[in-house]
Amino acid sequence: MIEDVLTVMWKERRTMLRGKASRSKFLQMMLFPIILNTVFPITWGPDWVTDFPPLLSAMIIPALLLAVTVPDSFAGERERHTLGTLLASRLPDRAIFFGKLVTPIVMGWGTALLLSLVSLVVVNVAHGEGELLLFTLPIAMGILTLSFLLSTTMAGAGVLTSLRSETVQEAMQKLLNFITIPAVLVQVLPLLFREKFITFMNTVNGLQLLIIVVVILVVVDIGVFTVAFNRFRRSQMYLD
Amino acid sequence: MNDIAIRMENLTRDFGSLRALDNLSLEVPAGDIFGFLGPNGAGKTTTIRLLLGLLEPTSGRVEVLGYDPSKQPDEVRARTGALLEYTGIYEQMSAEDNLEFYARVWRLPTAERRGRIKELLTEIGLWERRKELAGKWSKGMKQKLALARAMLHRPPLILLDEPTAGLDVMAAVSVRENLASLAVSEGVTIFLTTHNMVEAERLCAQVAVIREGSLVALSDPDNLRTQIGGNRMEIVGSGFDENTLTLLRARPEVSTAELTGEHLTIYLDEEADTAPLVKLLVDAGVAVEEVFRGKASLEEVFVTLMEEER
Repeated sequence: MIEDVLTVMWKERRTMLRGKASRSKFLQMMLFPIILNTVFPITWGPDWVTDFPPLLSAMIIPALLLAVTVPDSFAGERERHTLGTLLASRLPDRAIFFGKLVTPIVMGWGTALLLSLVSLVVVNVAHGEGELLLFTLPIAMGILTLSFLLSTTMAGAGVLTSLRSETVQEAMQKLLNFITIPAVLVQVLPLLFREKFITFMNTVNGLQLLIIVVVILVVVDIGVFTVAFNRFRRSQMYLD
Repeated sequence: MNDIAIRMENLTRDFGSLRALDNLSLEVPAGDIFGFLGPNGAGKTTTIRLLLGLLEPTSGRVEVLGYDPSKQPDEVRARTGALLEYTGIYEQMSAEDNLEFYARVWRLPTAERRGRIKELLTEIGLWERRKELAGKWSKGMKQKLALARAMLHRPPLILLDEPTAGLDVMAAVSVRENLASLAVSEGVTIFLTTHNMVEAERLCAQVAVIREGSLVALSDPDNLRTQIGGNRMEIVGSGFDENTLTLLRARPEVSTAELTGEHLTIYLDEEADTAPLVKLLVDAGVAVEEVFRGKASLEEVFVTLMEEER
């Protein structure tokens, strides 16, 4: 099983984002995170290492990256007519599933951590004044956990939206819709609940909020991943 | 070793209200190139997917190399090579990497896979171009690469879904030659779907003809041409008239005779001697220029079968 997963990963590394459309979308998507982690630390000042923006960045980067890479990996195989041959091989469903997911997850998570480090270097160069500025422990833990959880959640959601999509574009659109669900839900909450929600948010401190977000993400992650894993079956892959 | 590579018994597959395969029963002998012929939408691709365990039958059963694809799909896929309706070539990777990936999938040891890739690419004449991106290749070259990929792990059975569809004449001839030589050198069973009768005639030891999911004929191509198309002789000349046609049709060995301009086609019921018929025509005043004796082509047989079904 591990050998098969590594084989799929080997192929994914060679094919990921090689299509012109996917690559240009990826570069567009990367523009904002790069600005966020180079320009913002300069304007934000030394508080960058203690405030919430690095956490926000650590969540945005995997969301954006995986919104491009996962549909490209799954729906892209269908669009480029390589899926049939892959499914006709001896590779088990699970090896295809995990092999295709690990690469974008590592990429999303790794990029988030790398850009966080870049932002740390930038803030030190701009505002260090001879003193080493480091993320506080809660911020550092938050960057590590949130970027990982967001990567895995997006990966699971990406599989689900790709399963029934004919094209990469269609899968990306569905995945972006999935990302906006929480924001839409907050907007449509009845006024009473919305006020209670805001009041509750004002009563918790940063660390408590981080723990709440992590717990919610873990639950969502497990749910999305379980559904995606169970629905990833050869017999469900043919749309015609 | 089992001498039957594929066995289908009353195989039926429905998609909603549409019956794609209808009680299909046939056997494919091991070591043969078997042609599975039918027009578009006849159920050829569905059959291949059932053989690979990618679809489950609605009823009936199928056995591939002694395994049931719906219960033992991994066993079947591990012993099968496939070239489906699309080549499945990763265009963003080099030709060599395409084969390298599938060699890893089939778990060929490192030393063996290098040698095997070289052997196959050399055989299809593409070894020198192995580093090029497959996406930049012509359709015929991709098809050859896909053929090599299907044979990479030396499977005892190869399933080919219209391997020359969409290729120009030269590319199709080249793929066919590669297929024939690889089949001989590898000694495998090949199950080939096609609606190209020339291909079937040249490559296949046996053919099955299906229409709307049902089997309408099963035989070797030569026998099929005799059974369905019959023996016939064609005569080119001048001086044909209704009288000569009437005389011909009265002969016991003549099934029917058709005249198109100066081209007379006589369908014979059985192995008949042609000399008396030629003499009859000459005596009736026909100036005979050329006489051909032969059977109907597989294409004509195919058309006859499709029309009979209607």
